[in-house]
Parts: sequence; structure tokens; C-alpha cells
Amino acid sequence: MSTATANVMPAKHYLNDNYGIRSWLLTKDHKRIAVLYLASITVFFFIGGIYAALIRLHLLTPQGALFQADTYNKLFTMHGVNMIFFFLVPSVPAVMGNFILPIMIGAKDLAFPKINLLSWYIYIGGALFSLAALVSGGVDTGWTFYTPLSTGFLRTPVTVLAIGVLIAGFSSIFTGLNFIVTVHRMRAPGMTWGRLPLFVWANYATSIIMILGTPVLAITLILVALERAFHIGVFDPKLGGDPVLFQHMFWFYSHPAVYIMILPGMGVISEIITCFSRKRVFGYPFIAFSSIAIAVFGFVVWAHHMFVAGISVYSALVFSLLSYAVAIPSAVKVFNWTATMYKGSISLQTPMLYALAFIGLFTIGGLTGLFLAALGLDIHIHDTYFVIAHFHYIMVGGMVTAYMGGLHFWWPKITGRMYPEGWSKLSALIVFIGFNLTFFPQFILGYLGMPRRYAAYPPEFQVLNVLSTAGASILAVGFIMPAIYFIWSLKYGEVAGNNPWQATGLEWEISSPPPTHNFHETPIVTTEPYHYGAEQEVPVVP
Amino acid sequence: MQSTVPLFPEQASTIAHHVDWLYLFLVAITAFFSLLVAALILFFIIRYKRTPDREAEQIHGSTLLEIVWTVIPLGISMVIFVWAAVLYFHMQRPPSNAMEVYGVAKQWMWKFEYPGGQREINSLHVPIGRPVRVTLISQDVIHSFFVPAFRVKQDVLPNRYMTTWFEAKEPGTYHLFCSQYCGTKHSAMIGEVVAMKPEDFASWLTSGKAEGSLAAQGEKLFQQLGCATCHRADSGARGPNLAGLYGRQVRLTDGHVVVADDNYIRESILVPNAKVVSGFQPIMPTFQGMISEEDLIQLSDYIKHLSAQQQEGPLNNRSTPEQIRDSEVKQVQDQMKQQDTVPQKTSGNNK
Repeated sequence: MSTATANVMPAKHYLNDNYGIRSWLLTKDHKRIAVLYLASITVFFFIGGIYAALIRLHLLTPQGALFQADTYNKLFTMHGVNMIFFFLVPSVPAVMGNFILPIMIGAKDLAFPKINLLSWYIYIGGALFSLAALVSGGVDTGWTFYTPLSTGFLRTPVTVLAIGVLIAGFSSIFTGLNFIVTVHRMRAPGMTWGRLPLFVWANYATSIIMILGTPVLAITLILVALERAFHIGVFDPKLGGDPVLFQHMFWFYSHPAVYIMILPGMGVISEIITCFSRKRVFGYPFIAFSSIAIAVFGFVVWAHHMFVAGISVYSALVFSLLSYAVAIPSAVKVFNWTATMYKGSISLQTPMLYALAFIGLFTIGGLTGLFLAALGLDIHIHDTYFVIAHFHYIMVGGMVTAYMGGLHFWWPKITGRMYPEGWSKLSALIVFIGFNLTFFPQFILGYLGMPRRYAAYPPEFQVLNVLSTAGASILAVGFIMPAIYFIWSLKYGEVAGNNPWQATGLEWEISSPPPTHNFHETPIVTTEPYHYGAEQEVPVVP
Repeated sequence: MQSTVPLFPEQASTIAHHVDWLYLFLVAITAFFSLLVAALILFFIIRYKRTPDREAEQIHGSTLLEIVWTVIPLGISMVIFVWAAVLYFHMQRPPSNAMEVYGVAKQWMWKFEYPGGQREINSLHVPIGRPVRVTLISQDVIHSFFVPAFRVKQDVLPNRYMTTWFEAKEPGTYHLFCSQYCGTKHSAMIGEVVAMKPEDFASWLTSGKAEGSLAAQGEKLFQQLGCATCHRADSGARGPNLAGLYGRQVRLTDGHVVVADDNYIRESILVPNAKVVSGFQPIMPTFQGMISEEDLIQLSDYIKHLSAQQQEGPLNNRSTPEQIRDSEVKQVQDQMKQQDTVPQKTSGNNK
């Protein structure tokens, strides 16, 4: 850094404003709540990661190297539930959205600070239920809870896990509600809708899905619990119910939930690409509205998970067509990000490495989604490893990569200190290599016909499975390294200063870590976002 | 399998290469755009690398470019959509000359039955060069019938028959997987599909130990369960005569018209009051829990068989269900449209 000499920690900030466990557990400060979320979802990320590691180790040999089939089934169920409901859904919104979104729009907090704290407690409540399901034997429904298997055939604590997921759902409803009201009501003077950072737009779109979609998941899970307890006959065919109805209800939430998980990541990428290219974003309105378009279209494509489930050919036709409608705004985003780099002044620090990895991996993940939306082709690859590879390219290659990029990008703002650049670049590279080695072979496995959720498989699939497991062990290293150096940096990291990246945006104009109330006086916004321009000094990469 | 890692499953059915061509087209699209984006990114980070005297040139955007990269993906998507939809419709329509096989899935095995009464478990023998229609039902949870070499997959539901079809091209033994997670031994619910030359298949069929054809067994059941007490051909019968029923349109007491297919027959045995034929009382007891899915298939096949025998049976006899001649269908439909009700197909949910 060219200005390394001048950086000192501010005397007073949100972290040292108050001490003691009470000051954290009863905090109403959005930044502290974000830190609480960061700590808790990190725990769940690593628990989910341990499940993943065990799954991959088990699949080293065709007969399964480690576990009984039952145990394996519990592992992939808990992996899915943990990663989706307790890591991916809250990840960027609850950590970075909570921390940065109010500051980005010039607000002193979210609209409902107490509800914000409540959402964290609810999340923890749900998480405890999911852990209770684990210690009382584990659940083997798959994260999809398909009926009538989940309602009539399993004696594992399905209801406990369903309640956990149900409870966690309310925390995301509260977060969504808070974001929507905050964005509408608490923007600083001059912060018009057209000046909102794209990260805010993305989280706003996400919030809409959260409050519209999550209640349907809640209803569905309540029905599963009632069906198990009282045999009410909604899903059980023996009682006149319809198991396919469950799939409609489940995917009505769970498909949009994919966009809950990816949209905030797209917001992070828009921030990083502009900053490290020192460029205004290319096509601001198109990126902003493509987020809304994805949120809206995302609600009308759910049955593309059900092309072989017994829906009529005509409804399959409609849902296939609509699924392609979601592909367009995603493509628009990718092209705009790429175009943003054109004639930029590009430096490849860690957040940018993650952002570029995101663009590449998300492109592959998105395009392979076209395979699954293609009716005649989906028949063959549905419920195979192709699907697994596809959504891990979106969820890990996309969302986790964006999350890591965002975490590195805003780490100096959150903690006031820099992480070690060399180590972080190395770990980004390891994640990229490990990720591709883990999941690329799964596309081929899927096309060859290996079904998902198999504890044992025919021997001809072994080579690709071994490659995948090898990749997973590399990937694990890539994720353990940041956990170590981030903690190290809390004490030994270089003091960051207000704006280590020379980025635009209100969050970079206040001290790092920010003061408790963010702004000493309400800022007045006079410029569009990403006003990177000739008048700014261009920092030199060391 | 060879020692090298294969990239494609065998192309053992008539549709396999159609699916593979679509797949390859999509692989090409994916490769092209991924490489395009990657190449642009690499070019930009090298060409526009930050140096002390490099200043970014500010560009706001370009509506023309936005239109270009909206329209091109849209166009490509529509090509894929249409191509895949046409293929899908082909895959969903079994040819009329298809050979029939029944499959019952349960945790964790596949049972198959041929009209001749031959049965097998976890293996399915089929002739090559002839379309085979598989009618599937599950005894418990949802399973899925997946033969990668044929590019065929169909979920198997516990509450209604699903069908799929394929025509094997090459003699051989191929994997049959359950691809819908179905509990503990999901991954052990595997079997094989053996495709044979027609003459080999014919001798295989005759070598099997069958206890009479499905229809014959169904007839036995029909007597044992006392179905014949009510479903008779005389005028005092309390239930509709089933001769000539299969495949016909039937009018119900609520005025709806349904096609008497396998699902209708199965439902009428298990939930008799769901669709009561016009002119009859809802007095039939349920047979739910009393007969197995195999029994149901046999009964169904017997009823089908009755229809084949008695194509020319009387239609307006008091003891037959109120059946409708094909020539009358349009008239009935018009009548119903006026009542503002839409005739329902039985292929959908039985709601």
C-alpha cells in the first residue's frame, strides 16, 4: 500500500464501544449482529464441510469405503440441510448485507434493530434443532424431504429437523423484511434508487424472494410434520393424498431459494469488479433490473425439477420455456461484468481473484442449467451427478466464491485490519483448482448415468469418483487456510485505514472498523455509485 | 467397460443418439461461451493491468450491446428449447405397436411381469428392434426407473401408473438404476435390462415358468374376490358390466367423462367411490390393503382382455356402464361445456 504509514486504528469503534458477553448478546447494532452471524454460519460451514468430506471419502471405493448405507444417507441429508439452510441462505445477506447495506445507503442501522437481533436468535434456535436431529440419530430424508418417504417410511427424527428448518426460515423472513423497509425508508438524502450500489439492489431482490417464498416452505414443512404425527392424508396416497403435491409446494420455495442464495453473491461481484477495475459499472440499470427479473421469473419455474415426476407434458413444456427466461438476466449480468473490465485499470488482489473465479464458474454453472431445462435431455440427466455438479458450480463456484470474495473485500472494514495478501491469493488459487477437480468429473459421471444419493456404485464409475475425492481434499485445504489467516489477522494484520482499496461508496468514507452509529452526521449523496474517475489518484499495486 | 474412462454411456436405444446430439450441442454452446468469457477476462487483465500511469477509461454502458447480449442468448435458448421439446414429445409417446411390460417397484427391488405371466426380479428382458412400453407403479415410496444406456427415466409413483417406453438397438446387458432416493438401500435398488435378439427373446419367454397369463390369473382373482357377483352382464347386475370397458369413455354420476384406462380401473378397485359410473349406486367396498399391486395389474389385464374379446358387445344394456360411442363423444363434450365443466383426463391427478 502506498499510504501504509498513515493508517491508525480509530480510537473508538463498534468493536470496542462496549465489552462483555452481554454487550454482544443483547446488541442492536447491525454490525455486531453481522459478526454474530459470521461466527455462527462459519461454524455451520465447517460442520457441513465435514459431512462433505466424509461423503467424498466414502465414495472412494465402489462399495463405499466407510459407512453403512443408512449412515451415508444421513450424511448427505445433513450436508444438504446444513449448507443450504444454515450457511448459504443466510451467508451474504445476514453477514455482509447486515454489516454493509445500512452503511451503503447512509443509514445508522437497519429499520428494525431488535427484529434483526431476533432473527439471529431464531437462526440459532433452528440450528440447535438441526443439531438435535443429528445427535438423536440423524435424518435420512435427503434435504428435499420427499413424501411419502419422509412422512410414512422413516423412523428417524424427521420432524425435529423439519422444525429446525422451519424456524430458520423465519430468520430469513425477518432479515428480508428488515432490508426492504430499510432500503425504502432509510436512504440518506440524495441516495436515489438510481444511485443505490448494486449490492443493495441484489439484496433487495433477495429480500423479496425471502418474504414471499419462505412462508410456503413453512407451510410445507408443517404439513409434513402433521402428516407424520396425525396422518392427515395430504401427501400420503394411501389416505387419498398426493405425493407430487409435496414436490410442487417444496420447489415453489426451494427453486426461488436458489436465487436467495445466488443473487446476493452477484451483488458482491458487482462491487468487487468495479473497484478493482477502477471503473464505473457497465450497464448499471441492466444489472440492477436483472436482479429483479431473476427474482420474479424465479417464482414461475419450480416444476423444472419435476419433468420426470409425473407432471403433464404440457406443463413440462411451459416450465421449460419459463426456465430459459431466467437464463437471460443471468447472461446479461455476466456480459456486463466482463464489459466493466474493458479499458479498466485492473489489479488482481484477492477479492478480484475470487470475483473472476465467480464469473467463470457461474458461467459454467448457469450454462449447464440449460441442459437441465432442456426437456428431452433432462430425462437422462435428472437425479444424476450432473445435477450435483451443476448446482455446486452455482452454489460453491458461485455463491461460496462470492462470499469469500466479499469477506476479503470487506474484512478490513469489519475488523480494521488487512488479511495477509500472499496467503489469501494462494488459498484462492487452491480453492479454484480443488473446486474444479471435485466437481467437473461429476458432470461426466452424471452423463454416464451415476444416480445421486448412491452409497455404492458400479465399479466403472470409480476413476471419476476418485478424482472428485482428490479434488475435495484440495478444496478443504483452500477453505481451512482462510479460517487460520483471518483469525491471525485480527491481531497481527496490518492496520487497514478507512479505504484500503480506494473504493467508492459510503462504507469506505467512514473509519475501519466503523463507529457504532456509522456516521457522525448524515451523509448527503451527490454522485452516482462507482464514480471512479480521472480525478482520483490511482494507487500502485505493491 | 474399457479401462479408459468413458465419456458417454452406450447408445443402446433408438433415442440415445438423439439425446447425445442435443447434449453435444449444449456442450459446444457451454464451451464456446465459457471460453469466450475466460478469454476476454484473461485478455483484459493482461491488456489493462494496473500500472502507475494507467487510468481507466470511464464507460457507462451501451444499449446496443445490451440488446445484442440479450437477444443472442434468447435466440440460442429458444433453439435449445424447441429441439429439446420435440425430442421430449417423441420420448413421451409410446408407439402403438409397443410390447407391454408391467413393473412394480418396492423398497428395494424391481418386479416385472409380462402379459404372458412370466415374472422376474431386478432384471428385465426385452427384444431389440421392437418398442417396449413399461407401465410402472410403486408399492411404497417414489422410485425412478432409469436406464442410462437407453436415456430413459421415469419416476414411479405409489398412487398411479406411469409409463415410459424405449426400443433397444443392441443386444446386451445394461444398468437399471433407481434414481429417486427411496430410503436405506436406494443404491442397492439396481437391476439389469437384458436386450436380446427377437428369436432369443421368444425362446426366453417360453422357457419362463408362468402360472398362466396375467389375464388368466386376473380372471381367477375376479372370481375369488367375488367381483363377478355384481359386475355381470345380466340386467339385474348391481355393478357395471366390464366387457368392452377398457379404453372407452365413461360418464360418471357427476356428469364428467373419463377414459377407462389402467389408472381408472386401479382407482375404481381401491377407491370405488371416487368415480361412480352414471346409473349406479356407490355400494362397492374398497379393496385397499386386500390386494397387491401385482393383483391389480392382473385384474386390469383381465378387464383389458375382456374388451379385446367383446369389442362388439351391447352398449346400452342396463347392466353395462353408461358408455359412449366414439361418435357421441363430441356431443357429450359440447353438452358439458354448456354446463361450464371441463371434462377431465384421468392421466392427471385423480382429484
